Amino acid sequence: MANVIKITKGLNINLKGKAAAQVSAAPASKVYGLVPDAFWGMKPKVVVKEGDEVKAGDALFVNKLHPEVKFVSPVAGKVTLVERGDRRKVLSVQVEAAAQQAYVDFGKKDVKTLNGEQVKAALLESGLFGFFIQRPYAVVADPNDVPKGIFVSAIADMPLAADIDVVMKGKEADFQTGISALAKLAKVYLGVKPDSPLAGTKDAEVNVFKGKCPAGNVGVQINHVAPINKGEVVWTIGAEEVVFIGRLFNKGIVDLTRTIAVAGSEIKAPQYKQVLVGAKIGDIVAGNVNTDKKVRLIDGNPLTGMQTNEDAFILAHSTEVTAIPENDNTAELFGWIAPRLNQFSVSRSYFSWLMPKKEYVLDARVKGGHRHMIFSGEYDSVFPMDIYPEQLVKAIIAGDIDRMEALGIYEVAPEDFAVAEFVDSSKVELQRIVREGLDMLRKENE
Amino acid sequence: MGLKKFLDNLKPTFSEGGKLSAFGSLFDAAETFFFVPNETAKVRGAQIHDAIDSKRSIFFVVIALIPAILFGMYNIGYQHALATGELTPDSCPCADIWGNFLYGLAVMLPKIVVSYAVGLGIEIAVAQWKKEEVHEGFFVTGILIPLIVPVNCPLWILAIATAFAVIFAKEVFGGTGMNIFNPALVTRAFLFFAYPSMMSGDKVWVNGNYIDCINGTPAVDAVSAATPLGQLAAGEPVTATPMDTIIGIIPGSIGETSVIAILIGAVILIWTNIASWKIMLSTFVGGALMAYFLRYDGAQNFEWWEQLTVGGFCFGAVFMATDPVTSPRTEGGKWIFGFLIGAMAIIIRVLNPGYPEGMMLAILLMNVFAPLIDYCFVQSNINKRAKRAAK
Repeated sequence: MANVIKITKGLNINLKGKAAAQVSAAPASKVYGLVPDAFWGMKPKVVVKEGDEVKAGDALFVNKLHPEVKFVSPVAGKVTLVERGDRRKVLSVQVEAAAQQAYVDFGKKDVKTLNGEQVKAALLESGLFGFFIQRPYAVVADPNDVPKGIFVSAIADMPLAADIDVVMKGKEADFQTGISALAKLAKVYLGVKPDSPLAGTKDAEVNVFKGKCPAGNVGVQINHVAPINKGEVVWTIGAEEVVFIGRLFNKGIVDLTRTIAVAGSEIKAPQYKQVLVGAKIGDIVAGNVNTDKKVRLIDGNPLTGMQTNEDAFILAHSTEVTAIPENDNTAELFGWIAPRLNQFSVSRSYFSWLMPKKEYVLDARVKGGHRHMIFSGEYDSVFPMDIYPEQLVKAIIAGDIDRMEALGIYEVAPEDFAVAEFVDSSKVELQRIVREGLDMLRKENE
Repeated sequence: MGLKKFLDNLKPTFSEGGKLSAFGSLFDAAETFFFVPNETAKVRGAQIHDAIDSKRSIFFVVIALIPAILFGMYNIGYQHALATGELTPDSCPCADIWGNFLYGLAVMLPKIVVSYAVGLGIEIAVAQWKKEEVHEGFFVTGILIPLIVPVNCPLWILAIATAFAVIFAKEVFGGTGMNIFNPALVTRAFLFFAYPSMMSGDKVWVNGNYIDCINGTPAVDAVSAATPLGQLAAGEPVTATPMDTIIGIIPGSIGETSVIAILIGAVILIWTNIASWKIMLSTFVGGALMAYFLRYDGAQNFEWWEQLTVGGFCFGAVFMATDPVTSPRTEGGKWIFGFLIGAMAIIIRVLNPGYPEGMMLAILLMNVFAPLIDYCFVQSNINKRAKRAAK
């Protein structure tokens, strides 16, 4: 029986527009784009030229800091554009899809016969290594590190997140192969929800996490199972990215097809779509977005995601595309005292505590002025890690590197502060601050 | 919506470069008072937010204060009526509630106006100077100040004390959220040490003035009435019964007398989770324990638990000690903080011959220690982490 860990702190936000459990393929995009920014902490060096023909699995760019870490094309076709922004920063590398999908053949391999080095070499060659995120710093992993563990969370409990059971259906074999491959690199820890079909996964230490969001955050799971100490490195990878790895060994190809949720109150028919990494957001949500008002499209879930638009490409790690109302020209009178029955709040100065079952339509407004941190205990109540979140954030704001380290910044990623950012009555941009703190620390330590 | 349009039309005038840009903060304060800000989330970071903001939380503290404010007004009139002989201690306090209340309202209103005008004036000026939004923290401070002074405190002294507190206890530290001391208590401490004759003794607690339109009773000169704590300090027997002190029909600072009114506020604050129940509870526990240990030192007919019902103990525990900015930020720290406030308040009351009331000093003292208490808790977390790494 797997170890059951109960998470008491947290908050489930019940949003309208959860994806119905029906999966269909999204229409193919004409052009696919791989966005380097999705792989945070990496400096892209583009290795293709406009006009080059590539197959799915051919490198588009590599990490300048570790050129062996490749980032590969999800489709076969012609490189049409290396999109650059200010100071020639690479924004995306775009590939026009060929009529027929063709894959680079990496050769089927039996994971049992491979050793760690061979697995690592295969992942580097196929571009799947780039999906590892390391902690500390929450950046792309360094292949020269020896991680003390690889953590996979098979729980998605952010609001509107794609249900792992739906996503993983029929992919169990590839998932198991992927986990077995990872186990050659380091000890694998798998976090699952109660009664998960993945609980029987072999070659991994399986822990069951019971509790509210963000219990599904891999950072929370690491903190409860094997907290990171200074000098240690762990790698994390998404559940479906483990499937990519499984496919690589079982089929010999890089197939970056994902099942994502298309959800949110402004999606007409919330559902699951099979999409390829780098597909156009517009193709994924085509005809499925309400047009009667200004809508905010989000690459990811509404707590940790990033605002996007129909012309953008879905980011490599994204497991959902969500749409919420922007509502930037509403005039809500006397918000500080009006009952505002349609608003969701953890505060009982509102009435959402009376309606725990109600699904809310939350818009993109910040709903308050930015303040210094006034009320205490807000972050604490939704931050299920043995870390003082407020003190850590203050240390980051102060730029105090020693104190950040002492308070456990190694263990966190911006997403771990997402729920705290939601409930914060002082409207502090916690995820941005934590991101800056991690980047600051990384620069300092290199 | 008409008002929205009106404000939108005015906005350019008050914005940077507009004719009235010197009053931009005032305009902004008015705009956010009427309407929830329309700012939407940035490209990265949480795209949705909880509807709670600091404005609502802070106004709910004011709402929680309403019972104490209303009762305070009534009690001003009631004490006046007692002093003028219109009512006797034997007559029912329920007689002429309306008249007493109106009398109190007339006495109280100028204090509230002065406190808000002075404090908000300074806050708006500072916000304009720093090009920041006006923070709403003073809405609570501004109503707390008139509630914790004796009824006879002159308005000009109140204005000076408020200005002192807002500038030196709050703005020099960086405004709402950055102050070390509770600004309302600094106001009181300033009055206490700068104008002691206005803050204690027997002459300050009852308003003797004659207000023609409300109350027909003639003015009386310098009414003498002792608070239970004053009597205790003087070694005299306490005349108020426990029932009097719990209902609150005793002389005292305006908002602090009624235990019932304050507890209604406490329920609102705890229910909405705006103030920490841990601090409230531990303050009462600390006070009760200390009062029990020191029970033979006070007046003979005064039970130890009555200590908690008199003076500013309840008001301080519910509305002052729980100020989130000046209390510990760690949950464990809140227990210790409250306990020490309660204990310290009773120690000062009972053992210090100079000060009949100890709540204000106890809270201000523990405000200083709040960061230290936090330090201990945070440091233990740091040490635990360091130890884990060393293994």
